[in-house]
Amino acid sequence: MKKIKVRAQTASRLSKARKATRIARAFASKGCDASSHSSLARAFSSANGAIFMPYVCCGDPNEKFTMHLVSALVTSGAGAIELGIPFSDPIADGKTIAAASGRALSGGMTPKKAIAIIAKIRKSGIEVPIIVMTYYNVVYAAGTSHFLSAIKAAGADGLIIPDAPIEESGSLRKLCKFTGIDFIQLITPNCSDSRLKKIASVASGFLYAVSVLGTTGARKNVSADAISLVKRAKGISRLPVAVGFGISKPAHACAFANAGADGIIVGSEIVNIYSKYVKGRKIDEKRALSAVSRFARKMANACTGKN
Amino acid sequence: MKRYFGKFGGQFVPETLVPALKDLEEAYTKLKHDKPFQSELSRLLATYAGRPTSLYFAKRLTAHAGGAKIYLKREDLLHTGAHKINNAIGQGLLAKRMGKTRLIAETGAGQHGVATATAAALFGMECDIYMGSTDAARQAPNVYRMKLLGANVRIVDTGSKTLKDAINEAMRDYTANFRTTHYLIGSALGPHPYPSIVRDFQSVIGAEARRQILAAEKRLPDCLVACVGGGSNAIGMFHSFFKDDTCMVGVEAGGDGRRHASRLTGKGKIGILHGMITYLLEDKHGQIADTYSVSAGLDYPAVGPQHSLLMEEGRVKYVSVEDKEALGAFHLLSKTEGIIPALESAHAVAYALLLAKKLDRKKIIVVNLSGRGDKDIDHVRKIEGER
Repeated sequence: MKKIKVRAQTASRLSKARKATRIARAFASKGCDASSHSSLARAFSSANGAIFMPYVCCGDPNEKFTMHLVSALVTSGAGAIELGIPFSDPIADGKTIAAASGRALSGGMTPKKAIAIIAKIRKSGIEVPIIVMTYYNVVYAAGTSHFLSAIKAAGADGLIIPDAPIEESGSLRKLCKFTGIDFIQLITPNCSDSRLKKIASVASGFLYAVSVLGTTGARKNVSADAISLVKRAKGISRLPVAVGFGISKPAHACAFANAGADGIIVGSEIVNIYSKYVKGRKIDEKRALSAVSRFARKMANACTGKN
Repeated sequence: MKRYFGKFGGQFVPETLVPALKDLEEAYTKLKHDKPFQSELSRLLATYAGRPTSLYFAKRLTAHAGGAKIYLKREDLLHTGAHKINNAIGQGLLAKRMGKTRLIAETGAGQHGVATATAAALFGMECDIYMGSTDAARQAPNVYRMKLLGANVRIVDTGSKTLKDAINEAMRDYTANFRTTHYLIGSALGPHPYPSIVRDFQSVIGAEARRQILAAEKRLPDCLVACVGGGSNAIGMFHSFFKDDTCMVGVEAGGDGRRHASRLTGKGKIGILHGMITYLLEDKHGQIADTYSVSAGLDYPAVGPQHSLLMEEGRVKYVSVEDKEALGAFHLLSKTEGIIPALESAHAVAYALLLAKKLDRKKIIVVNLSGRGDKDIDHVRKIEGER
């Protein structure tokens, strides 16, 4: 009797596994990844308009503030968090985030500590997707497989490596797929349609549309090229499209949401807002968090396409 | 063109730069075998830069060492004072053909900044040079030289305030302005296709040296010695000798012993920086380490990817020479031969002296004297005055 029950359970488990494989294959054939059926995909599909995805530089100016900042952003309407693990030479970042990374590093932030912070965020009950953003050398130095399983175990859902274009990300993508991490590829306004297609065919999670030619950093306006990039990407791929680099105002978020963007990523402007309250490794948390929360609420609202 | 040297090299850059680098690769591939382009380049190298440079038998230096014959490849005699002009004219001409109107570059010792500013003036282009504030302070004459040549010198005050940070800023500028701007990388490093392009433009050094030593000695040298920062003067010298039996030595900066820039002598690890996978110096968390050398041109935490391959293959031997040995060679060459070498090149001279002593008098060593020391005079006087 017992034996039969065990066998039945095994059979049911097997059939579930087979079903999962079928779903995975179906997704793969559509240019999606099975793992995007995870929390990232759910976050995009259940959103009303675009989701607000703020970037947080882990450890700027200290660990405690990072925890409180993430919590305040989520309370204010963030649908996902992009958590930056600082690197000494962030070539894709402009002055603001480069300075934030510098502060975090001089405060002693390390990849290990950042991964522990992800675990703490999860432990505090925050469930929105967490996407790790860092540079390739940080991952490589830790050992790629080791790094990926560590962030996965801590509770991260995706990974962005701005210095790993598709030609160099093959092994990273394979290991991410194996680990169950969405590897997010960037697309830019100067990508041809054929290159967009090529990138979309290997990307998972979402396409990260870079709205400017250049580095991260708050800009005053949204370019027509950026709007057209979102539209082109939506036309080419079934993957969600999140826009980032340069977005600093609710009007920007609104314009991209109306163009069809599924996510709006804001980094430098948030750093600009709270860094006014930074003194060395200390920060006037109360004022910094209330200023960031005000901004985040406006942005989250604008992401619905209404401004 | 090959993207990799063995497992080193590649194109680890933000997506924005991928199409820009593809354009560069296509333009270069076309012009590499374009007769009018190559003859224009040769004409400028001869009439403007002063090529060929001489291969000089350093008789008194040889006597001082008391061993193998030491020849100096006199890149220090070139216009602007270093081998950097070979690459600056080559890439400047390439940029002009690509329709770019502006050149940007990073500089450590200032020699590449001066060479790029010179090329910009020669070709009538705008020019911005990024330079770390530490380097700008120790190479002050070159800062003024660049300004005289019409370039904007942009002082970089982030990170270690040296060459690495100047490259970061230049890459950021290139990412934003690639449509009008060519990033004239000064060494055989960075993302593909730069390591190959810079090597090709510098390979004139070895091609000439090979002809010259055959004419002078009726045989090839036993050993080549060159300093390695990013590695362009070394790769330019070595390139024409890879098929020969000639031994080759790349000399890295040993700094003060504790702090250094020795990446290929067992202290470096494989990692990714400035668009390439190569040997570099980092901490255990993968953060790029601060390097130190008395010579700004060797003060860099990574190395051109081809050197990483040559080290692993054992084709080139890499050694390091400390500040005090380099300074010793700086003075010795000045007094014995009347040639004031750049502090970078003085590292190669210092190693050549050690090597010459070990070899018998029939052996021949060719040292690439990559630059002249005028730029270092104030700096050396200051540090030696302080002692």
